[in-house]
Amino acid sequence: MGNKIVQEKENVPVLSVEELSVSFNMYQKGLRRENLEVLHKLSLSIHAGEILAVAGASGSGKSILAHAVLGILPGNASTRGRMLYKGQPLTEKEKRRLRGREIAFIPQSVDYLDPLMRVGRQVMGVRGTKERQRELFGKYGLEEGTEKKFPSMLSGGMARRVLIASALMEEASLIVADEPTPGLSKELAEETLQNFRELADAGCAVILITHDIDLAFRAADKIAVFYAGTIVEIAPAKDFRAGKEALRHPYSRAFLEALPQNEFRPLKGFQPYAGKLPKGCLFAERCSERSGMCMGEIPMRKVRGAEVRCVHAR
Amino acid sequence: MARMKYTGKTVLRMLTLFIAVSILSFLLLEASPVDPMTAYIGTDSTFSEEAKEEILRHWGLNEPPVKRFFKWAWNFVHGDWGESITYKKPVKTVIAERLKYSLALMFAAWSFSGILGYAMGILAAVRKGRLTDKLIKTFCLALQSAPTFWIGLLSLSLFAVHLGWFPIGLAAPMGKAAEEVTISDRIYHMILPAFTLSVLGIGKIALYTRQKFIEILNREFILYAKAKGESMGQIVMRHGIRNTLMPAVTVQFASFSELFGGIALAESVFSYPGIGSALTAAGLGGDVPLLLGIAVCSAAFVFAGNLTADILYLALEPRDGSFVH
Repeated sequence: MGNKIVQEKENVPVLSVEELSVSFNMYQKGLRRENLEVLHKLSLSIHAGEILAVAGASGSGKSILAHAVLGILPGNASTRGRMLYKGQPLTEKEKRRLRGREIAFIPQSVDYLDPLMRVGRQVMGVRGTKERQRELFGKYGLEEGTEKKFPSMLSGGMARRVLIASALMEEASLIVADEPTPGLSKELAEETLQNFRELADAGCAVILITHDIDLAFRAADKIAVFYAGTIVEIAPAKDFRAGKEALRHPYSRAFLEALPQNEFRPLKGFQPYAGKLPKGCLFAERCSERSGMCMGEIPMRKVRGAEVRCVHAR
Repeated sequence: MARMKYTGKTVLRMLTLFIAVSILSFLLLEASPVDPMTAYIGTDSTFSEEAKEEILRHWGLNEPPVKRFFKWAWNFVHGDWGESITYKKPVKTVIAERLKYSLALMFAAWSFSGILGYAMGILAAVRKGRLTDKLIKTFCLALQSAPTFWIGLLSLSLFAVHLGWFPIGLAAPMGKAAEEVTISDRIYHMILPAFTLSVLGIGKIALYTRQKFIEILNREFILYAKAKGESMGQIVMRHGIRNTLMPAVTVQFASFSELFGGIALAESVFSYPGIGSALTAAGLGGDVPLLLGIAVCSAAFVFAGNLTADILYLALEPRDGSFVH
């Protein structure tokens, strides 16, 4: 009996997002208000010990997803859908309680640090201790003087390690990292990924938001392909490594083909603008397999052990 | 080297300022319709023409203006600031006596407006767009548009006349011997004038702080602080004050000139015996030596304020991206 509860608890995802939509209230030309939906019925889930890479082109709204999970969207944003954290509803109040404690955020760059505060104090945050900060700095090879430095005095690699150390100040179960590697050298990027792997192996769930699909291949267990504000496919990373035949969504395949190390063939057309979305499948306009069925509601469905948002996928 | 050059330039600027201020004040007084003689003896005096001649000679008013100015300047540089016609005392003594009253008043008003204005600015920024913000903004704009003397009269009639909480004027209780006047007497008499004078600065510093903090609140590091679980109060204490206090202090130093302009009005309304009311008296009495003395002193004061602001600004806004601490 007790065993069964433990078993079930292990199967509960650390985070599951169900049909999340985020829209912004914006003023267009004078007083005309427009409700701009930037995330559409997005679903994903992640378990302890996993790294889920959310990959997609720049400007497709990936950071909004991160901000929505943390509850730090701007005031003019409204959300629909449901989020569960360890099986419990993740309300705004819960987010306020959990962020910084159990849900940690790793931002993109040193711009996310207060330029006038010494790094050591920032890493400690409001609840951390000096001992833990020193321990983490030691772990990430940040030399003794670093804590006394101001953010502008850090090199790119140091800043990256400082931000990771910040996330570990408390006992995080879920880490959301937003574009953690751009601007880093190859060695540093590798090192950063290694750090994430260690965190996942220690029992964290890690969401890695990136536009670098190459990086996602190597680091992640699962990859979620992001297109025009929604996730079109979530599949094991090995499918992506296996090649385009293993993938299910036409956009995932095109994404793969466009990589320099593959065919380097660009996909024609543009992502639809959030204010002018087509009906039905968001990718239909650029898709070679388009048919009449693509105009209806496209649900997320299971195909060959992965989830995909395409009626043609087999 | 750069520092030497900066110091040299500053000294040069200060000297030219003093020269310009004294020439301008002198010219204005020359052109003013106030006749020092009439102001001194009154319009219906029975003085004989000879006696008047004698007084004019004693004051040196029979000489041409240019000569008089250079004579004054020469003596001024050598430490002789002349004799005040109005108070019949050396100008230096008059200024020294009154400066301490005015400095106390200005310091009180300056710190009060700074602290209150800063706090209001922070609060308004935190509550941006809500009722508190709108109230503070309206209050600040109203204060900024209201003339100092009017605020002075208003507070005088409300707090001193109707409510009787504060004295109507002066810097000490009437009829009390100078040596018996206590510190609390002085503070008690200073409250209303200081409040009136501070009104001038509150709006400016509050609106500036509000603007600056809203800017900071939109920065990415505030978002990150939130993501790390900091509450709004913690964000204000950890990042808000750190990033806005010194710019606000700089602005507050730069407002020294307005403060000096304000004391002339505030002191007149409250008959407060400071530099401001002496300035008014000197202007009305054609008291050239006193007026020039005060003009140069106030120029020095304002210059010091602006210089402090400049230096703070340079120290706080480094252009090479490294912060000096």
